[in-house]
Amino acid sequence: MIDFELTELDQEILAEVRRQALICRKYARDLDENEAEFVPKELPEAKDFKNPFSLMSKHTEHDTPLSIMAMLVAAGASWGDYSVRMREDSGGLGNAALRASGTPEQIERWKDKRLAMAITEPSCGSDSKAIQTTAVLDGDEWIINGEKIFVTTGCRADGVVVWATLDKSAGRAGIKSFIIMKGAPGFEVTHKEKKLGIRADDTAAMVFKDCRIARDHLLGLNENIPKQGAGGFRAVMKTFNNTRPFVAAIGLGMAQAALDFTRDALAREGVEVDWDGGKHSRSAVQQELIEIEAEIEAGMLDALHASWLSGNGAPNNLEASIAKAKGGEVARTATSRCLELLGGLGITRDHLAEKWFRDARITDIYEGTGQIQRLIIAREILGYSSSELS
Amino acid sequence: MISFGPTEEQELIRETLREFAASELREAARPSDEASRLPDELLGKAWELGLASAAIPTEFGGDGTQRSPITNAIMLEELGHGCVSLAAAALSPSLFIHPLVDFGTEEQKREYLPLFTTSKYHAASLAFQEPSFTFDATNLKTFAEVKGDGYELSGRKRLVPMGDRASHFLVLARGGTREGLDDLEAFIVPRDAAGLTIAPELEKTMGLHSLPFVQLELDRVAVSAAARLGGADGIDGRRLLNSCRLGSAALALGLARAVMECAIPYAQERVAFGTPIARKQAIAFMLAEMQIEVNSMRWLIWKAASQLESGVDATRATTLAQTYVNRETMKIADNGVQVLGGHGFIRDYPMEMWYRNARTLTVLDGLCAL
Repeated sequence: MIDFELTELDQEILAEVRRQALICRKYARDLDENEAEFVPKELPEAKDFKNPFSLMSKHTEHDTPLSIMAMLVAAGASWGDYSVRMREDSGGLGNAALRASGTPEQIERWKDKRLAMAITEPSCGSDSKAIQTTAVLDGDEWIINGEKIFVTTGCRADGVVVWATLDKSAGRAGIKSFIIMKGAPGFEVTHKEKKLGIRADDTAAMVFKDCRIARDHLLGLNENIPKQGAGGFRAVMKTFNNTRPFVAAIGLGMAQAALDFTRDALAREGVEVDWDGGKHSRSAVQQELIEIEAEIEAGMLDALHASWLSGNGAPNNLEASIAKAKGGEVARTATSRCLELLGGLGITRDHLAEKWFRDARITDIYEGTGQIQRLIIAREILGYSSSELS
Repeated sequence: MISFGPTEEQELIRETLREFAASELREAARPSDEASRLPDELLGKAWELGLASAAIPTEFGGDGTQRSPITNAIMLEELGHGCVSLAAAALSPSLFIHPLVDFGTEEQKREYLPLFTTSKYHAASLAFQEPSFTFDATNLKTFAEVKGDGYELSGRKRLVPMGDRASHFLVLARGGTREGLDDLEAFIVPRDAAGLTIAPELEKTMGLHSLPFVQLELDRVAVSAAARLGGADGIDGRRLLNSCRLGSAALALGLARAVMECAIPYAQERVAFGTPIARKQAIAFMLAEMQIEVNSMRWLIWKAASQLESGVDATRATTLAQTYVNRETMKIADNGVQVLGGHGFIRDYPMEMWYRNARTLTVLDGLCAL
């Protein structure tokens, strides 16, 4: 049955998320200013933080399913602060890759480690089939050589899932994922990026120089390079079908924070939307508040829809990209439009609005830019392969 | 509990109407647009689907299915996908039936609902739009004045759909006793009421050619107290407006999807500089954008419709949905014309008609009710 109402339990979970978000928000400015490494467990208030999902133990079939709640929880947490939220997260993108492609033994072995994901290289981003990092089998060890950049949480992660090619001439089919833990010989984190936003969340550059890892560190343990098709690459890309709506939800949480702040700030000075009124009775600012809210709502519903599909085990390659394309665009434009409505005071560091504007900008870039998402959507609806539409 | 899954019954209705829209409405769309004529036999076929009587309880002779704005949203998207003009014509009785089911007194339901339970299409309509460029529901210029035991209605209405044959009009007016939308009242006015003048819209309209519009002049039209919808309780004006606004929005969604589904194969077939234009990002991205917005529009409409269904105030959700749908439908229709290029401008293809219909539909609220 089509339904958009939250049950009591749904609301209880989101209320706990909001409570923690408000605490995290107190630290947001300080962490941003100092780009500080930071252990969330050390928050004075953290001792009574409980995992909102632990409340799901009371979950019944009448409550909103976990796949959808995960989106609402993500948006609710980033509403407080992006970086603090990321630090509270027990796993990175690498953990999602492990769960999606690892063997049961591999999942068991590394499930408690924080794993970053290293895909991007200095000369390849969204075009991941152009990866230059190589993996060569030498006896019972892989030798990894290459350079990775823009690795989210790469500094404080326990290890990284690294994309490397076994055979450059094989294109996508030659690309495999390897788990490389910190301390492996030849693995060095070389640099921590200074960024426009999400400053307290580390972004690492790393090199692998004749880095040796055991043969069983190949994720999924499949060493074959198929002659035709993309091989395991497509399965790896599926990781992103779940993370794309999730990333969109994180961005939309920030957009919602900006809108809530803007709405409250303007209301205190007498500017409020009259929902009864028609367009002739609204000011341009009131109309803008409505438009921004509609955009955020649309983006959030797209993310919920994509996750609803994945929760039902239905394919959602198209819908995940719709969610990411829409969410990425809304995250950056809504925060910008809010700053426009707030005027001069909005850009001061007295308030977090300017930080949300900087933080949200990444949403339309990482995990596939808005343009890459549009390519995926277009290929899906046109029935084109990546070579037919590139 | 958040869910995007239609019921089996809703899936079935969607399938049935998708076929009907493709075989009947789409076929008749261009000829009736060119002739500015509504094919009566088509209204009859649509009527046989039981679209109007579904919301009427069995005690008044209807099918008694629970009145469901969500089901209606699914229905209107499909019919709008065929042709918004013919769909609006087929469903304009909902402008009368749904408010009556929602707000009518027992007596009113007993008197009027059976009109719509026979096998023949029966027209009734809603008179909402007024002759003012700054027309606004909060500021109607049609007034209901208490006169003795009844009321006297005075004012002018424009663009009343199916007014050429409607047996009754639901006339929206201000009671003059309260503020804003709380002051909104609806009166059941028969076609032959003394003081009511009905004239066709002489200059026709830019879009929705097959939908006949009339203008009404109400010169101290006397009606009894029993003609006030809802009796002493009156109506929930917000609910009525939300229902009408979402009706237009759901039709617009169907139209937008039709544009997209026409632009996609065209772009795949049309070759320029040796490749289909769909393989060029400038075009492919327009098509991707259409798909993003068609989805987004649908969820916004469904969310507002679900609030209408559960009975909570859906005004905010409706405003968000309508604002979004009006803008994005126009953008999609606009890009549809652009993808087809010159073929988007000539009347061999449906695109220019959809472009006109999109602009017409997204400025009119009272075409059908959710």
